[in-house]
Amino acid sequence: MTDVTHSIEEEDFGPSPREILKKSILAHRSLLLGFGAIVIIVLAALLAPVLAPHDPYLQDLSIRFTPPVWQDGGSWEHILGTDHLGRDYLSRLLYGARISLTIGIGAVLISGTIGTTLGVCAGYFGGRVDMVVNYLITVRLSMPVVLVALAIVAIFGGSLNIVIMVLGFLLWDRFAVVMRSSTMQVRNMDYVQSAQAVGCSTLRIVLTEIMPNIMNNLIVVATLEMAHAILLEAGLSFLGLGVQPPLPSWGLMVAEGKEMLFFEPWLIMIPGAALFILILSINLMGDGVRDVTAPAGKN
Amino acid sequence: MTHSDTPVLELNGIKKTFMISQGLMKGTKPLYALNDISVQLNKGEVLGIVGESGCGKSTLAKILLGLMEPTSGEVLIDGQSLKGHKQLDISRRVQPIFQDPYSSLNPRKRIGDIISLPLRVHGIGDPAEHERKVIEILDLVGLPKRVLNNYPNQMSGGQRQRVAIARALIMKPEIVICDEPTSALDVSVQSQILNLLMDLKDELQLTYLFISHDLSVVEHLADRVIVMYLGRICEQAPPDRIFDEPRHPYTEALLGSVLTPEPGQGVPDTNLGASYPNPINPPSGCRFHPRCAKAMDICKSNAPMLQQINRSKVECHLYE
Repeated sequence: MTDVTHSIEEEDFGPSPREILKKSILAHRSLLLGFGAIVIIVLAALLAPVLAPHDPYLQDLSIRFTPPVWQDGGSWEHILGTDHLGRDYLSRLLYGARISLTIGIGAVLISGTIGTTLGVCAGYFGGRVDMVVNYLITVRLSMPVVLVALAIVAIFGGSLNIVIMVLGFLLWDRFAVVMRSSTMQVRNMDYVQSAQAVGCSTLRIVLTEIMPNIMNNLIVVATLEMAHAILLEAGLSFLGLGVQPPLPSWGLMVAEGKEMLFFEPWLIMIPGAALFILILSINLMGDGVRDVTAPAGKN
Repeated sequence: MTHSDTPVLELNGIKKTFMISQGLMKGTKPLYALNDISVQLNKGEVLGIVGESGCGKSTLAKILLGLMEPTSGEVLIDGQSLKGHKQLDISRRVQPIFQDPYSSLNPRKRIGDIISLPLRVHGIGDPAEHERKVIEILDLVGLPKRVLNNYPNQMSGGQRQRVAIARALIMKPEIVICDEPTSALDVSVQSQILNLLMDLKDELQLTYLFISHDLSVVEHLADRVIVMYLGRICEQAPPDRIFDEPRHPYTEALLGSVLTPEPGQGVPDTNLGASYPNPINPPSGCRFHPRCAKAMDICKSNAPMLQQINRSKVECHLYE
């Protein structure tokens, strides 16, 4: 239809971002390791009713403190032994994964929503909005998480929902800080200005131009905060102010085992190791996502 | 030059003032980014704007795009004021092409989506028509159809700039604001893009506002050139006047500062002794006098008036 003749010659374009991403994910060993471990833990939590050999709440005092199978006196009936009330430890561990993951995901959903909204608004609008958000972040940072959490749980009583809410409303600061600075960076790009010049609404610009470009940072912060939330829950439960018995939280299991620390150390070691593996693999995955999406190869 | 009577674009006494914070409790000070700019742009014309960094070129572009409100003065498009118009109306008539094609395309979007965004935002046609129009415009800017599903980082700077041009032109705007469209490109690609822009101008009857600090580009393309200094127009003339017979000392200095490929010439001496003044505290009288080689006593106290000399308009005491 035209006689414009400055066409570029046929040439090959480089690999698409998706291909590059796929390649770097497959080359990143610790990311794959962390991801694999998380998949296993999530599956274990989801399939707990199928996998658990016993009811995690069923008490049988006649078999209390049965050691795990690799110690003298252990049996295949209770692979990881039983606790001080004779409940099967493996079953409690599997159901405990549900608690930890629920708390991790729930707290991150709440705090991520709050933090991202505040951070993106501050970064996009700047000026007064930024001042208010910065003030809120400072206020939040000046409150010690554990102390506030302890106080709230002590007042309202500990339950799964309250722990999730408390952690969700206390852990949004890092989301806000990171989202604010990455939004500021992206906001100054010409494509945002170009979208404005096209007449896009602010909401559309934020959702389609800014969010996709800061998503990688959001994922990294979300994984780190998830690990943080799970650890805090374990800590609160250990202090008796988190999830209440008889729910099988890993932190609670450590707390219940601490009296027998010198005689039955596996009571603490097993849930401790589970926590360690979960946190480690979440962090490995977060670091991996950061490495893989880092703009190293970008122009 | 055949132009219709009403200018497509008219700027009347545009002023833009930013309030710059001087630090906590010290209040704010005004920065006059644009000080009384009046320009007319006729249909089919290419108006070049030159000037060093910080003289207000980009602020002017933002005001024309409707992204920024002028503090006073008005922008008229086809005789209609932009004031009170929605951004959507403005964006149908004025579109930008930015300097850096690496930051003007969203790296997470496919080329097809980037180019069709204006159509989707304005709700023009259905997806099938979008695709047809995108392919049509790709052809026009000289890109093969298969880039539709590519991402920006798979393309070179020149290819990206073609995508940016396609996005700006898909709505068939009347005015295109080119904010240094070639300065981020390789020299070999620059001429391709410039030729493309000129071909498209004839084909689509576009009017360009061409912001640049590359004087040779402006000389080559523009029908009229505006030289800006510290938020004011200091000289306005056709390119042959500007380049052969510069009137304003600042224009002379600008022309003298162009680097030549000739080895052994060294860096040109512009005679611009003092550095660029702080725009928060602009000099009294003529704003250029501290750097002017031909400054007189009157320049320190009185601001010069606009003088018409042949086909040039100059603001300088030398010609009063």
